[in-house]
Amino acid sequence: MESYKLSHLRELESESMFVLREVAAQFENPVLLFSGGKDSIVVAHLARKAFWPAKIPFPMMHVDTGHNFPETIEFRDRYMEKLGANLIVASVQDSIDQGKVVEETGFNASRNGLQTVTLLEAIETGKFDCAIGGARRDEEKARAKERFFSHRDDFGQWDPKNQRPELWNIFNGKKHMGEHFRVFPISNWTEMDIWQYILLEGIELPSLYFSHKRECFMRDGMILGKTDFIQTRDTEEVKEMQIRFRTIGDATCTGAVLSGASTLEAIIDEVASTRVTERGGRADDKRSEAAMEDRKKQGYF
Amino acid sequence: MEEKYDSKGYLNMELLRFTTAGSVDDGKSTLIGRLLYDSKSIFEDQMEAIESVSKRKGEEHVNLALLTDGLRAEREQGITIDVAYRYFATPKRKFIIADTPGHIQYTRNMVTGASTANLAIILVDARHGVIEQTKRHAYIASLLQIPHVVVCVNKMDLVDYDEKAFEKVHSDFEDFSAKLAIKDVRFVPISALLGDNVVDRSKNMDWYQGPTLMHILENVHIGSDQNHIDPRFPIQYVVRPMTTEYHDYRGYAGRVAGGVFRQGEEIAVLPSGFTSRIKSIDTMNGPIDKAFPPMSVTMTLEDDIDISRGDMIVKVNNQPESKQEFDVMVCWLNEKPMQVGGKYALKHTSRDARCIIKEVKYKMNINTLQKLEDDNAIGLNDIGRITLRTTVPIFLDGYRKNRNTGSMILVDEATNNTVGACMVV
Repeated sequence: MESYKLSHLRELESESMFVLREVAAQFENPVLLFSGGKDSIVVAHLARKAFWPAKIPFPMMHVDTGHNFPETIEFRDRYMEKLGANLIVASVQDSIDQGKVVEETGFNASRNGLQTVTLLEAIETGKFDCAIGGARRDEEKARAKERFFSHRDDFGQWDPKNQRPELWNIFNGKKHMGEHFRVFPISNWTEMDIWQYILLEGIELPSLYFSHKRECFMRDGMILGKTDFIQTRDTEEVKEMQIRFRTIGDATCTGAVLSGASTLEAIIDEVASTRVTERGGRADDKRSEAAMEDRKKQGYF
Repeated sequence: MEEKYDSKGYLNMELLRFTTAGSVDDGKSTLIGRLLYDSKSIFEDQMEAIESVSKRKGEEHVNLALLTDGLRAEREQGITIDVAYRYFATPKRKFIIADTPGHIQYTRNMVTGASTANLAIILVDARHGVIEQTKRHAYIASLLQIPHVVVCVNKMDLVDYDEKAFEKVHSDFEDFSAKLAIKDVRFVPISALLGDNVVDRSKNMDWYQGPTLMHILENVHIGSDQNHIDPRFPIQYVVRPMTTEYHDYRGYAGRVAGGVFRQGEEIAVLPSGFTSRIKSIDTMNGPIDKAFPPMSVTMTLEDDIDISRGDMIVKVNNQPESKQEFDVMVCWLNEKPMQVGGKYALKHTSRDARCIIKEVKYKMNINTLQKLEDDNAIGLNDIGRITLRTTVPIFLDGYRKNRNTGSMILVDEATNNTVGACMVV
């Protein structure tokens, strides 16, 4: 008897490619949200595989808070050139300059929440009917019930009580004028799956994910990298630490971990023995118990 | 988490999808919390969060059920209102749990969770035995053809770990399920609250010689859950690079829905019936010689024939039925009742059609398994047998033969909501 077995990573890969092909088939004008973080890099890689040898048949969009580590932007531009992809940059700074959003002030000021306005506007301007994102259900409680095809009303809002049931592998992307979908091809992946897959496929990542020396300080039990975008208090001592980032988001609210892991294998061992969730290092989720649920309802990723 | 994971071993794990069903207060959330906790899938910050909530509410034990109560709306009402997906892994397997609530009004959620599951856990409270809801859960597991069912007799600690209570559930369930098409049923006596026979073997039930729940989850044979006999390849997308290097390349992208396809084999394309041979099976990592479910690949053919999304590549001597009128079992998913004579959009594999509901053959009383032949009112959470007529031929297999090509959904054309889940009889 021949054996017809797929490893769990190949099964997840196949599921994600299936979802990406459904997007290309069911929507007229999709866009892939690319943040430069490992999850969106994996989604872009899966999109390459789904349509190979053709190019990815939709553009990429980066919602740029302007508060990035320079390594992220450098990587983004290089990766887009490699993919031959068309990159759209939607700038939070522009939304601020146009008076559409008001910048937070103070020590904990972050542009993370402002992204929603910029994102929704960019979706409207570009007439995109589907935004593909790299969110995973294991990241956070409010995401555990998210669909692969997540319906948004014409205000871009998510109604957790009014989502379409998803059965088998049949995805319903039918919609009215003005409505759009968020689609999450890697819904079923865990942080561990992502890292293992990056190793399996030899996917290139920004250097921020690997152990390096950086000027950092402690705040609310988190290690934050020193940047021009964060005001430090007098009591917060800035010193050089050996760290890496587990997620890459806005520099003002992405926590680092002390780590000597400088290879993928070392990172995987570290993830396997880690005792705190990935988003445990994100200040944006700590604001309240239902922080993510509230942001999602307003149209966050 | 003391044990060290072997990063190479992890690359070769299998994936098991399972669903959990139980009525309110059967301890389903506690069981899932227990599986996550004992398999060391709970992180410190999650544990701290639920410890502090349990303490604030004055509860005696740390309430593991809080780990899975997702949305604020639910926490306030103390119930779960939708299918939630959970993830954990042991060194042997990665698991995806479709966690579905047990209330009567949520049949649709269990159907949704069951549609992708290899295995169902049905929870029974040892004090109450097999009740109507247990029968409903067993029926849905059978209707959705979940290959493996594990009946967990929970709260054994509350019946003094009495073997008789377990045996009663065992025999009552078997009496009932004899009428159903469940291939593989196992029974495990557990206490989710205290951990007996969930991950660790119970010290309180010497009379039980069988495996723990986790042992079953890690070892149940899932290699035969997919159909490897009847080749079906629904075309999802046509890949045309139109670059200098791949100037004339025309590839058919899809996910194998049944059987095995090999390079060089003769195939037929539906609906046209044209035949050709598989020139190559391509992936970005290089060509492969065979493809089987659930692989996503791109095929090229020797001959230039007109193929588009919604067509299906099959074998010349093994074809699905091509029909415009057929019977299905439907589970209704929407508050607005099904309209006999009404028109709906239909989605089957990658094929879109419209259909009309010709008639209701019967409605199922899922508590008694009686067929109600003079009741044709199908509303939310109802299950029944109906006849559909479609605008174009659909390439069908019986749902028992193939879950991919035997399933379809109905979509309300006014609201675009997914309103019906159908299984070909």
